[in-house]
Amino acid sequence: MDANEALLLARTQFGLNIAFHILFPTLTIALAWFLVYFRVRYERARDAGWLATYKLWVKIFALTFAMGVVTGIVMSFQFGTNWPGYMNNVGNIAGPLLAYEVLTAFFLEATFLGVMLFGMNRVPGWLHILSTVMVAVGTSLSAFWILALNSWMQTPTGHVMVDGVWIAGDWWAVIFNPSFPYRFTHMMLASGLTASFAIAGLSAWRLLRAPGDASATGTLRVAVLVAAVLAPLQIFVGDLHGLNTLEHQPAKIAAIEGIWETEQGAPLVLFALPNEKERRNDYAIEIPKGAALVLKHDADAELRGLNEFEPDRPPVAPLFFGFRIMVGIGVSMLALAWFGVWRLRRGPPPRALLWIFSAFTFSGWIATLAGWIVTEVGRQPWLVYGVLRTADAVGHISGAQLGASLTGYVLTYSVMLLAYFVVLTHMAGKGAEQQEGLQ
Amino acid sequence: MNIDLPMIFAALMGISILLYVVLDGYDLGVGMLMPAASPDQQDLMVASIGPFWDANETWLVLGIGLLLVAFPKAHGVVLGELYLPVAVMLIGLMFRGVAFEFRMKAQGWHAELWNWLFWFGSFLASLAQGFMLGRYITGFDDGFGFWLFALLVGASVCGGYVLLGATWLVLRTEGELQIKARAWARWGLLWVALGVALVSVATPLASETVRIKWFDFPHTLWLMILPAASVAAGVWVWRSLHPAVADWKPFAGAVVIYVLAFLGLAYSIFPYVVVDRMTIWDAASHESALEFMLWGTAIVLPCIAGYTVFAYRVFRGKVTTALYK
Repeated sequence: MDANEALLLARTQFGLNIAFHILFPTLTIALAWFLVYFRVRYERARDAGWLATYKLWVKIFALTFAMGVVTGIVMSFQFGTNWPGYMNNVGNIAGPLLAYEVLTAFFLEATFLGVMLFGMNRVPGWLHILSTVMVAVGTSLSAFWILALNSWMQTPTGHVMVDGVWIAGDWWAVIFNPSFPYRFTHMMLASGLTASFAIAGLSAWRLLRAPGDASATGTLRVAVLVAAVLAPLQIFVGDLHGLNTLEHQPAKIAAIEGIWETEQGAPLVLFALPNEKERRNDYAIEIPKGAALVLKHDADAELRGLNEFEPDRPPVAPLFFGFRIMVGIGVSMLALAWFGVWRLRRGPPPRALLWIFSAFTFSGWIATLAGWIVTEVGRQPWLVYGVLRTADAVGHISGAQLGASLTGYVLTYSVMLLAYFVVLTHMAGKGAEQQEGLQ
Repeated sequence: MNIDLPMIFAALMGISILLYVVLDGYDLGVGMLMPAASPDQQDLMVASIGPFWDANETWLVLGIGLLLVAFPKAHGVVLGELYLPVAVMLIGLMFRGVAFEFRMKAQGWHAELWNWLFWFGSFLASLAQGFMLGRYITGFDDGFGFWLFALLVGASVCGGYVLLGATWLVLRTEGELQIKARAWARWGLLWVALGVALVSVATPLASETVRIKWFDFPHTLWLMILPAASVAAGVWVWRSLHPAVADWKPFAGAVVIYVLAFLGLAYSIFPYVVVDRMTIWDAASHESALEFMLWGTAIVLPCIAGYTVFAYRVFRGKVTTALYK
């Protein structure tokens, strides 16, 4: 087996695993804070509706969290098995950040999860709320550390070479590297939007099954309101993140925008089919000078094209389409959330709107995956930008072993994902039936 | 300042792995005992481990994490050699982990399937862990005998987890299930005794390094305290599996057996992290990285211990109802 094939298999396996894994934390990070809110609402009002909402979502949280934990454990092994060169070269920097994630976040969330899930009748109300808060703090801390590491891989600072190995010269600079504040905020908001659309979507589903369910209506209102606040914030932060990327990883931006050659007053390509062979965009629909305006706030500014970065540049198509999918969903979320807030204030929502919200249940997942594809593929051919190439980090696991384990993982993930959807749909439906029974 | 950082991190890694084996060991043992119980009893068994399994499994992440971050060179070698058994273990752990939730929330034959996967995942993960231990001790030597040895260790670890799981159930349940659990624990103990005896005889044969360490007179006489204490602990567990004896004693005895086995293993391997190939000092990260982690560990580990004790106190006593009911 040649080196390219090994690299491709290692990347496929790791990419599949990380893509599957990220779905679940994306939902649980913000869902944990929603749970805190539901739990406090119940504590203050002692209202059966909020209790029902809390109990439904705490179960969905448990399920989602378990999916995240077990796929996360796979990751902790694959860092070493698939990319031994990663730890050998930058392990002195990446390692401690991962260790801090385990120590400060994983134990906290896992331990208090038990109390949150099963301890409601065993501890006083305040302690149960505190446990719920601890779970939320744990999930957010976990995001903090892993995004610090990922951002360092995108925009490394604070590292020095001593005796042939990279070590951290300044931990503060490693953690708070240039892209970290933007990426962390962007991801937290992505989680907020993913959770609010998931909650809105399943609540809408419940309302379709049991119209007039007061608990589902209240939950839907809260989720749509949160989405309406977060969506514009996300677009604003996303723009800042893009400008930051232009400064530190210009090749990524050139691929996103489909700018093949350096030019002045580059157009904003709304849609096209990037043609890698001929190095041009086919069937392009463009806004003249648009990209220069958006990225440089000057219609005649110069934007560096992919030609300046050859051969160390990412492939264009995944970034070009990934970015457009992400932005498209983001803008639709904004429109839907704002319309939803307005419509819900006027009275009970029409069934058509409930159907649209149901259709958007997992929209956050698609946007998040698309966004991660843009940022991770956009870093290639580097593993740590400008420091370590992906090809230099791959291990020596044989193709047969990689293939066999990949097959095992694909089968396992398919079963898990299918079961997840079946159970989620069933639980949302059952929540509605129980409510009907009460009435 | 002159502290031996690799030594400290080797100790931390060892403790994490020991904690993982004992804590998730009882979870996996309970999982493997599922087919022997009635559906109602199965619900109680899962309820006895439900609040803890997640945190228990985190010790594995910490143990492997410390291998990765404190001994990166060894991580590559060890996990490269163990690639397939690791994949098998991970798939087992994945099914076991999500089955906790799915078996309660799925309907009809789906629930049955997840119940089965809960058992199967527990078994697969246990067998794979033992198998990995067997490969690890022998320094990943190839040959039919070595693979057979690894399978033998795998089977023994399954027995060891069954013992932990059964004694855990003696501690946490009452009535008919507790009576059953005592019987399971006796079988588990016999299984462990057989396994430990075979492994103790086979290990010095399989590994010269281990043989030299243990058969070095007159040190050998002192070292014999370990196997002697293990036998004593085994007898103590057997005797405490009587209804008149306090319910915590069998589990405590089983934990003692694990601690003794762990000490014996640590003695056999030290100072290697990859047997015969790499010592902990060869494999260690740069001291800047170790130092940065040491600070965090010193502050955070006591907190983890504190809230872990809190969680176990919240759920102390006998389980009487299924989860979510």
